[in-house]
Amino acid sequence: MSTQFSLNGQSVTVDADPTTPLLWALRDHLDQTGTKFGCGIAACGACTVHLNGAATRSCVLPLSAVAGAKVTTIEAVGEDRVGKAVQAAWLKHDVAQCGYCQSGQIMSATGLLKTKRKPSDADIDAAMAGNVCRCGTYQRIRAAIHDAAKSLA
Amino acid sequence: MSAPRDPVRRRLLIAGSALAGGLIVGCADNRPAARVGKPGQLAPEAGKVALNGWVRVGTDGSVSVAVPRAEMGQGVHSALAMLVAEELDANWSRVSVEQAPLEQSYANTALFLNLVPLQPDDDSATARMVRASAERVGYALSLQVTGGSSSVRDAWEPMRLAGATARALLLQAAAQKWQVPLSECSTQPGAVLHVSTGRRLGYGELAAAAATQSPPAEVLFRDPARYRLIGKPTPRLDVPAKVDGSAGFGIDVRLPDMLYASIRQAPVFGAKLKSFDGAEALKLRGVQQVLAVGNGVVVVADSWWRANRALDAVKVEYDEGPNAGLDSAAISAQFRRDLDAASGFSFRSVGDAAAALAAATRKVEATYEVPFLAHATMEPMSCVAQVRDGRVGVWTGTQVATLARWKAAQVAEVATDKVDLHITYLGGGFGRRLETDMVEQAVAVALKTGGKPVKLLWSREEDTRHDMYRPAALSKFSAALDPQGRPTAWLNKVVAPSVGLDTFARLLPWAAADAPDKNQIEGAFDLPYAIDNLNVRQIRSRTPVPVGSWRSVGHSYNAFFTESFVDELAHAAGKDPLAFRRELLTRHPRHRAVLDLAAAKAGWGMPLAAGRARGVALHESFGSICAQVVEVSLEGGALRVHRVVCAIDCGVVVNPDTVEAQMQSAIVFGLTAALFGAITLKDGRVEQGSFNDYPMLQMAQMPLIETHLVPSTAAPGGVGEPGTPPIAPAVANALFALNGQRLRTLPLRPTAA
Repeated sequence: MSTQFSLNGQSVTVDADPTTPLLWALRDHLDQTGTKFGCGIAACGACTVHLNGAATRSCVLPLSAVAGAKVTTIEAVGEDRVGKAVQAAWLKHDVAQCGYCQSGQIMSATGLLKTKRKPSDADIDAAMAGNVCRCGTYQRIRAAIHDAAKSLA
Repeated sequence: MSAPRDPVRRRLLIAGSALAGGLIVGCADNRPAARVGKPGQLAPEAGKVALNGWVRVGTDGSVSVAVPRAEMGQGVHSALAMLVAEELDANWSRVSVEQAPLEQSYANTALFLNLVPLQPDDDSATARMVRASAERVGYALSLQVTGGSSSVRDAWEPMRLAGATARALLLQAAAQKWQVPLSECSTQPGAVLHVSTGRRLGYGELAAAAATQSPPAEVLFRDPARYRLIGKPTPRLDVPAKVDGSAGFGIDVRLPDMLYASIRQAPVFGAKLKSFDGAEALKLRGVQQVLAVGNGVVVVADSWWRANRALDAVKVEYDEGPNAGLDSAAISAQFRRDLDAASGFSFRSVGDAAAALAAATRKVEATYEVPFLAHATMEPMSCVAQVRDGRVGVWTGTQVATLARWKAAQVAEVATDKVDLHITYLGGGFGRRLETDMVEQAVAVALKTGGKPVKLLWSREEDTRHDMYRPAALSKFSAALDPQGRPTAWLNKVVAPSVGLDTFARLLPWAAADAPDKNQIEGAFDLPYAIDNLNVRQIRSRTPVPVGSWRSVGHSYNAFFTESFVDELAHAAGKDPLAFRRELLTRHPRHRAVLDLAAAKAGWGMPLAAGRARGVALHESFGSICAQVVEVSLEGGALRVHRVVCAIDCGVVVNPDTVEAQMQSAIVFGLTAALFGAITLKDGRVEQGSFNDYPMLQMAQMPLIETHLVPSTAAPGGVGEPGTPPIAPAVANALFALNGQRLRTLPLRPTAA
């Protein structure tokens, strides 16, 4: 059975069981590996993508829920003004360490800044909850989000 | 400070630390000049000219530095490239890194300093000899290993020398071209200058001619006052690829016709696979094979999701063996039995602790305990392998390149030179990727896929349940205080499984001597505090739970034990915990300076907001000294850490921005363990499986971390690990200051008042 959706502005079709999580369709069927597998139970945020503009954990999102939707991944988040500002702030603050969780962090941060142009620390705590960074880059992530917000003002 | 004085014991210690490798030391010329290596070590590449084993200059002026260490977030690719670029006088914006091949000149010798069971400040002739021997053993073993906070310590001399030597060749080539004396030439980033005429030749234009020059017998290092890169915050080379999804981790490797595999290993440690029936799994879409690998089953399919889901359809029978009833309480009880029954091995003895304790009027005793911990790298274990035409390809993020190649060769039954190892970025290491289990499994599967490459990826649950864990440990202290509140005796016994023995048994079985293990006792035997009668003893207590190196290894628990107990002594003596430590550090000015810096920046002794308290801890590990002062409160009965002031003396600093990042990283790692970390066993199985029951510190729990570097010109120390050990005791000590609760067990779970 195949599912059709928009991935980073391109129409794609995946021939897989509709229960297949979007994460694995992206990684194994569509060769888009920027989105990471961390846990498979939406407990770490490494797999975060945008579904119709909202940050979503792709490891528990079945293909059936994606049919006809607009999916954006880390590979194309920079084509968006907010995503681009977030990536620039990540570079400026040299946020990444191992980098494995950073796709998900950037997708969550971009999702936050799309809805809240001037997030407070509490907004950041709430929006970034569930995005685990084992390298402990949280302090720089917070600074980068504030910085990106400033650059977008 | 004295090492153990008994000559027999000392010999044993040294033999243990040197991996009984004395026989092979003779042939290892590990002087920096030998380690500069030969251009021929690097595979030829069009448009690039190798000038030695570390440096390639492109005809376009680019510079590529061969880096033999794995990038796992610690910034090592950039830090090592900076060493070369500094002395080469390269233009940093034109510098990139490439993975070095496997050659002796890239061996990590400094790693072996971590095994030397001597006081860190012992500078005696014997100590120097032992350290030099350890490094030569390391060189003879020719291991390319990334771990033990050793990369910069190891590369400091050879990689700067490689840069300086390459620069000398470029200078010679330019002088020859211009027909001028060498002394009239100088460099600016990326180019040679003829000073008097202003003529200039870029490195790219000189590369081919430089390669024909003979290196000079001696080159001079740059005056540190003129450093352009070392000591300056420098943007890391790997970050751009980590913000746009293009960075390649082991899990991201894609090859033509690649298959995907998922594994489920026997849930009980030591269990054997008795039989399995994969018939139902084979009926599922995309499933190609169901295999036995080691004590587990593997499903091979055309996508990982299909392979992993099909594992549920495989019927498996295990012989669970003798450990099926094992639980955490039994292990804890075993440690307590061993503590009482065994005298253990004395790692350090000064004066007569037993006699001083017997004579003392004031004694303080306490017993501490910590659980097993998982590494929980964000990227679960993964490895891609392909076996075709007598060659083995391995693509993975590994901390042990040499051993990964060797293990792959063993499994495939080929010579090591038939293995092509491709090292990706590591989605976290922390010691977990010092192991090769995932490589061995992937090659075993690839032997059965008809030449097709296969990507083995573990589920998070496999990753949590089949780690090589940070050992659980138990530590008992007995100390005496004199009437002035000064400690006059310190007796410490540490009961734990041996990381050293387990690691060697897995990776280098011939070196797995049942000898005393410095890893188990590090951070306990090498205290900086001046105590006249001191005895630190190691008791090994084996369990069926596999143990391995976990960021800061033995220091991760011994710092919690010792720095909590020092705090207890301070309070028993009625002294301020900072002042108490300072009094015992009269012979350790570096430690004292670090402690003073942290205390000053934290405002030690100054009033705090109501409901908050401070705690302090100091610990030396991996060649660096780190002090932390924390501020805590209780929120709804749970510990909340608001602020961490961290001071470190790590010798000369290569990239201060990276040191700051590593302090934040190490503190979060240690704080996660201090607040939440526990791997527990029931019915022989690990009870935790994923981030829902083995939680990590998250954004909302993140304290504000301030890092302060002690200016130093001493040789570099490590930075990846030394920030981890002090955080747990600093937080425990702060809780005591807050409400008088002394928690002696991790994770810290305050009881309701």
